[in-house]
Amino acid sequence: MPSGQVYPSSEPARWKYLDRIRTRAGPFTVPELFNGETSAEAQEKMKVLVIGAGGLGCELLKNLALSGFKDIHVIDMDTIDISNLNRQFLFRQSDVGKFKAEVAAAFVEKRVKGVKITPHNCKIQDFDEDFYMQFQIVVCGLDSIEARRWINATLVNMVDDTVEDSYKPLIDGGTEGFKGQARVILPTITSCLECQLDMHAPRAAVPLCTLASIPRQPEHCIEWAHVIAWDKEKPFPQLDKDDPEHITWLYQKALLRAREFNISGITYSLTQGVVKNIIPAIAATNSVIAAACCNEALKIATSCAPYLGYPDNNYMMYSGNDSIYTYTFRHEKKDDCPVCGVSARELQVDPKWTLQELVDSFATRPEAQLKKPSIRAEGKTLYMQSPPSLEEQTRPNLEKTLAEELGLVDGQEIGVTDPAFATVSFKFKLKFT
Amino acid sequence: MTEIVMSQTPPILHRPSEKERKYDRQLRLWAASGQAALESANILLVNSGSGTVGVETLKNLVLPGIGRFAIYDEAKVEEADLGINFFLDEDSLGRSRAESLTGHLLELNPEVQGDAYPNENVKTLKSLLTHSPVFTTIMYTHPITPENISLLESYGQQHQTPLVAIHSAGFYSYFRIHLPGAFPIVDTHPDETATTDLRLLTPWPELVAFAEELTKDIDNLSDFEHGHLPYVVILLHYLEKWKAEHGGSHPSTYKEKTEFRRIVQSSARTKNAEGGEENFDEAAAAVLKTLVVPSLPSGLKGIFEYEHTHPAEQRSGFWLIADAVKAFYEKHKCLPLPGKVPDMKAQSKVYIQLQNIYKARARKDAAEILETVQATPGGQNIDPAEVELFCKNAAFVKLINTTTGTISRADRLREAAAQEFANDENAEMTLQPLSLLPIYLAMQATAHVEDWPSREEILARVAKMVPGSDENERVRQAMEEVARAEGGELHNVAALTGGMVAQETIKIITKQYIPIDNTCVFDGINSRCQILRL
Repeated sequence: MPSGQVYPSSEPARWKYLDRIRTRAGPFTVPELFNGETSAEAQEKMKVLVIGAGGLGCELLKNLALSGFKDIHVIDMDTIDISNLNRQFLFRQSDVGKFKAEVAAAFVEKRVKGVKITPHNCKIQDFDEDFYMQFQIVVCGLDSIEARRWINATLVNMVDDTVEDSYKPLIDGGTEGFKGQARVILPTITSCLECQLDMHAPRAAVPLCTLASIPRQPEHCIEWAHVIAWDKEKPFPQLDKDDPEHITWLYQKALLRAREFNISGITYSLTQGVVKNIIPAIAATNSVIAAACCNEALKIATSCAPYLGYPDNNYMMYSGNDSIYTYTFRHEKKDDCPVCGVSARELQVDPKWTLQELVDSFATRPEAQLKKPSIRAEGKTLYMQSPPSLEEQTRPNLEKTLAEELGLVDGQEIGVTDPAFATVSFKFKLKFT
Repeated sequence: MTEIVMSQTPPILHRPSEKERKYDRQLRLWAASGQAALESANILLVNSGSGTVGVETLKNLVLPGIGRFAIYDEAKVEEADLGINFFLDEDSLGRSRAESLTGHLLELNPEVQGDAYPNENVKTLKSLLTHSPVFTTIMYTHPITPENISLLESYGQQHQTPLVAIHSAGFYSYFRIHLPGAFPIVDTHPDETATTDLRLLTPWPELVAFAEELTKDIDNLSDFEHGHLPYVVILLHYLEKWKAEHGGSHPSTYKEKTEFRRIVQSSARTKNAEGGEENFDEAAAAVLKTLVVPSLPSGLKGIFEYEHTHPAEQRSGFWLIADAVKAFYEKHKCLPLPGKVPDMKAQSKVYIQLQNIYKARARKDAAEILETVQATPGGQNIDPAEVELFCKNAAFVKLINTTTGTISRADRLREAAAQEFANDENAEMTLQPLSLLPIYLAMQATAHVEDWPSREEILARVAKMVPGSDENERVRQAMEEVARAEGGELHNVAALTGGMVAQETIKIITKQYIPIDNTCVFDGINSRCQILRL
């Protein structure tokens, strides 16, 4: 017979299997951190936030509810589209057009008795730190790097050694096709999403001159229709990438362009894929990654087993294309991380560059990826994207060269802000080449 | 100019159907052919124990639209099921678990059909297997009775049906795929970057002529033309020069190649407006990757050497084509050309011409192979598209599960254990992760339906499987963790394992991507997997 007592939770018959694990120690449980008598009760009192109610989000809600969490919030601004139904299993044909967070929350609440799920049909940026302070764990199932970076920066910023409960473990999942990753971030303690940014290098953009004059691939023709032809002809006031009529217009334009250059391979599906930057997604992969995330959430909440982030590994990579391969490793914290690091990150720049060139370079550098940067140096504002009056005032600086005309020197620190990342200021140190 | 063309010939519209829209995100992975295979699949789940991992697997197969499934499960729904299984609710209590699960799973996709067993007409697993239409894949979950396993195994043998055994308990799980024979995959979806095959060391006359024509007056080309020479042409041009200066041989050592790369890079014009040439940068960057004497990939070598003597293999299109490709390789000392040209800086017209030269050669190679196939008995009915796909993927075609029946499963486990434990001895030095075989052993000792065994009993069974392994510290730890769960699942580990099994099942049904060979063990304490051949 197994030794170690099971401490029955509030509904012992229902949580029979879970209680065996969460209320008694196993061979790998760290005894100093674990108290089987109180672990279930403590977990049930926790508030967990799920960000995203899509492919991963649906799975996350189900998994958390069946892991014994009782108070869950979910944020998603999107509505349900027909193309979600192949994996977002809480939604039906009749739900198309409704808010994802609302439908998902209601479904799981109804199916799993005793769990409370609060939906928020809005953007994460609509909430301030007070809102995020109420949760003990945040789990992300997002498809956008920007939203991830925003919540990461916010949670890192919230850490205050004098405020109890200001550390919010962030568990992040992501998938693409048969591949994905699950990682745990203990803000300021382990490597944060920003430290790991270079693992998600932006796709190289096709040069404009290729689109404009020497297309070779079907994608070039589609991008031409999207970037050049649409702006020139404005067939509809605003491009809506979810409107089949708009995609059809782009498709036809791309097709004609391709014909002109003898390029083959344009399809409606490819057009839609390129314009919307569609990432293939299936239920099976979401199932793997979301469950890996929630497995960590259960371990963090109850200390019933060691979790990612403590003591060593914090990142699991999963690939199912060729057999199954996981790589679970420790991603090191970076001292010069612009969000959680103590020193400024080195930034290679040519002193002869204009400020405009520096501003543009932020978007494509794998270590920065800032699309609308505002730049300050030692109390001096070099360029501000907003408000309009400041933008106008600082705009002339864009023409000036960094060293000679703006007086910046090698090794100088600059602060960069971007509207996508709230109040966080990224620290960089100029390194002249 | 474009506008004029537009008014003359409005293109035909191919807007996606309702179904294509619903399945859009997965069609981008396995295309219409994979979808059709899924839709004709009929999958049986024999469910038992705490009953979640198989259902999570089915969820991930019902959503993408398999044709049909059946659940065989003798249990009645209890309170504990509601704490672990999402596809049961308060109304299910006391009812047949198979029936409740089937009902809830069917809500996920109206295009899928499903049946629950046992029912009034079909009361046992045996009668289900006798009376049902043939199953495409069978999954069963542990714990299960040895009688049921042998029923399923003999069914699998008789109908050539893949079997998947799944076992999930606490933080641990494993699953094992039992394929009926050697399993070839043509459409393996290799990484795009791996597939470039330009044959720059063995160019054929049309390619040589094309490159010569573009570079015959290379120094007098305008900056625009010079800056838009495709890198393939640039490399061919400087290779010719190199050969002329080196007694007809290519740069072959690393030193020679870096020297060649320097020559290419330094031939770029730098006094132009851009201060350099992107196409020469591309050419220099491609030197080490493309100037490689091709060798036969190990996967294909295995296929060429495999003796396909089973009657089913004799009839299969795959082996007919593989034999023809082998004959082609022996004759020409190279594989059929895939024919794909990566994007590179070039004028549109020149790039398309280059593309057409590669395509034409690929078509010629494929035609030669098709001819060989058709000249073989049974080869007349082979679809030319199948030959074409094989030629395109030849370097990446893969054969798994080639084990021959000379060694028993019990011996194979012992051999694997010896190897794994030996590796663990050196793990600190080799920086390899520790083996997950101890988890498999501890779980395998509790794989059958019975009263829960004592720790001593579990260790005794482990020792019976692999003598001496009960002394291993990590086996003992794994046993403790297994004892903690007492066979009960954790929802997360069941869901994670269900995701992996669904991926593998999709790969087997669609014959796309590469399935595991043959056992996957998951450790939810350290969040990692290991694939073992057991």
